[in-house]
Amino acid sequence: MVVKISANVQSALADETLQGNLRRAFVDTLHSRNEAVSEVPNWEELRDYARDVKAHTLSRLPEYLQSLEEKVLEQGGKVIWAETGQEAVQFIVDLSHRREIREVVKGKSMLSEEIHLNESLERAQIKPVETDLGEYVIQLAGEKPSHLVAPALHKSRKQIADLFVQELGMAPTGDVLEITATARKLLRRHFLTARMGITGVNFAVAETGTIVIVENEGNVGLSVAVPEIHIALMGIEKVIPRSRDLAVFLKLLIRSATGQKITSYVNCLSGPRRSDELDGPQEFYLILIDNGRTKILADDFMRESLSCIRCGACLNVCPVYQTIGGHAYGSTYQGPLGAMLTPLLTSVSEAPEHAFASSLCGACHEVCPVKIPIPQILLKLRERFQSERNQKAASFSLEKLVMQVWARVMCAPSLYARLGRWARIVDKVCGKRGMGRLPVPPFSRWMKHRDLPALPPQSFRELYSKEVS
Amino acid sequence: MKVSLFITCLVDQFFPQIGISTMKILRKLGVEVEFDSRQTCCGQPAFNTGYVEEARQVARHFLEVYGDSDHIVVPSGSCSTMIKVFFPKLFAEDSSQRSLAEEIGRRTFELSEFLSSVLGVETTGARFPEVVTYHDSCHLLRELGISSQPRQLIRAVEEIDFREMEHCDRCCGFGGAFSVKFPDISTAMGADKVGWIQGSGARYVIASDVGCLMHLRGLLERNRVPVQTMHLAELLAKFED
Ligand code: SF4
Repeated sequence: MVVKISANVQSALADETLQGNLRRAFVDTLHSRNEAVSEVPNWEELRDYARDVKAHTLSRLPEYLQSLEEKVLEQGGKVIWAETGQEAVQFIVDLSHRREIREVVKGKSMLSEEIHLNESLERAQIKPVETDLGEYVIQLAGEKPSHLVAPALHKSRKQIADLFVQELGMAPTGDVLEITATARKLLRRHFLTARMGITGVNFAVAETGTIVIVENEGNVGLSVAVPEIHIALMGIEKVIPRSRDLAVFLKLLIRSATGQKITSYVNCLSGPRRSDELDGPQEFYLILIDNGRTKILADDFMRESLSCIRCGACLNVCPVYQTIGGHAYGSTYQGPLGAMLTPLLTSVSEAPEHAFASSLCGACHEVCPVKIPIPQILLKLRERFQSERNQKAASFSLEKLVMQVWARVMCAPSLYARLGRWARIVDKVCGKRGMGRLPVPPFSRWMKHRDLPALPPQSFRELYSKEVS
Repeated sequence: MKVSLFITCLVDQFFPQIGISTMKILRKLGVEVEFDSRQTCCGQPAFNTGYVEEARQVARHFLEVYGDSDHIVVPSGSCSTMIKVFFPKLFAEDSSQRSLAEEIGRRTFELSEFLSSVLGVETTGARFPEVVTYHDSCHLLRELGISSQPRQLIRAVEEIDFREMEHCDRCCGFGGAFSVKFPDISTAMGADKVGWIQGSGARYVIASDVGCLMHLRGLLERNRVPVQTMHLAELLAKFED
């Protein structure tokens, strides 16, 4: 399937509620993030450190994953290796069917979105219940997350209240506490009855087999402690070697994501319930999901993109994301992260516009806690897109031809100067709006919302040569 | 001291006045200025859209033209970045071209950096009794780390009233090919910028990149906003000859 961002831009720009929400969100979240970061004097050092740890881990990923597996097994958990999202989904469906499970509670997991878990569960007559408030709202509305940390960022408080009135029969209110209480009451029932909990993973420590999940609502804690079975979905890039590095990663992740010093809960889970423990699942499964990641891992230039810790800071700071929101990207991951990861996880031909939907301003690289050079990666993706497109013998690309001619001209100064003179004649002939009137791109696209200056009577080189003579 | 100008294709064809101003400033400071008419473009349009081979051809031409020059001064943040940061990457697999590119990159300076950091100039002696604000162009700011130099030079202009705008470092939405590939996003970002420019109370917005200025000016004119764009060089050249 090919996703095109350009098809969604108009409606995103015209949606006033979305525009208002985006504006508020970016001002507030960025402000808290910047404050939280400024309190850490060695922030830059920590970024370098984290980037190096990630690079090291990725260079020996199989080793660390194996050690993680051993530790999880030692603790009585089970590890499933899933090459594709489909394999992971199938495992969950089969297990649920075998155990006659009809309902699962879920903690927020972008990976589960990536592998379209909810749709597959529903098709298999298993009801997924999202328990993160934002995800719960999205599920009620039948939508997709528009931000990886704040999935319902595109919705206003009023829209959420209306949704609750309509879908849950809540009495109309503008009070956030009441809205939350409604969700809380309903979710509590699901926590008590669901026999399977599914969550994502923020970090998995290879040396100890510990799974770390951060959250603010306590819903993950309940999802992993109450049901009989806990399934943790983890992209293979989430492993880190040692628990002592957690301090650094948690600091970077949380301050970048929400501007908090620490989240309300940091769940550190090590396998199923032991005989002397009061709670916890009877069975614990860690599903290690590849779904295109080893392909990226093998690609020297793109490997760094796997260092991402999904903090969302690059989305918050991105002027393109701030302008069109997440849904316009039409993909699971959005903003700079999505622009980079979508074509990498699928292919440049399936996401032909993602790498181009960026002004390459570099704000994402500047905030990224693990220093992923997103603009460089986007440039490389653009290069790959063009070379793939132009390799297809059948495809004629006008853009390519224009670029080839352009390069010739730019290497031939006298031709360049002559064409400049001709352009000025055309510009003059065109009258008031100059060449902007030509009904062809790029002029037509430039002129849509802005003017083009008229060409001056003489170029700099002409003025200069006159002066010299 | 002798300087080779790289005037950039946009300045050459659209805004020759910026080139004239650059020359005027440098000459006033006693620098010998040279313009090699074999120069054309730095290759950015191709590089940014993924046409790396075409960009490389143009970059090679640039390296040929500037092989022997001492200081190269460029009145543009993004073109300086192209030369200093991206040329070496373009020739990653060709060690002799790469070292030539690195060598030339070290000799290349964006105008404000050259004035402040190389010449140690505090003021150009310009006078401009107007309210102005400054827009940080992305590559100049984030790739080259240049933000204090242009501000110092602006502040030193006589009788100027310099006011920072909110979000001065947020992208204006130009982004080269982005401006025509995604015109709606590009201009929506530009509209935000225009709002912040107006919010500062400035009548002139100063920047060091012609791309940003052309985009902003297009928006200001289309929407009849009474604010003018001005390149840093034009501002700094506002002295009596
Ligand atoms: S790319 Fe960097 S900034 Fe963006 S989500 Fe990942 S870690 Fe955070």
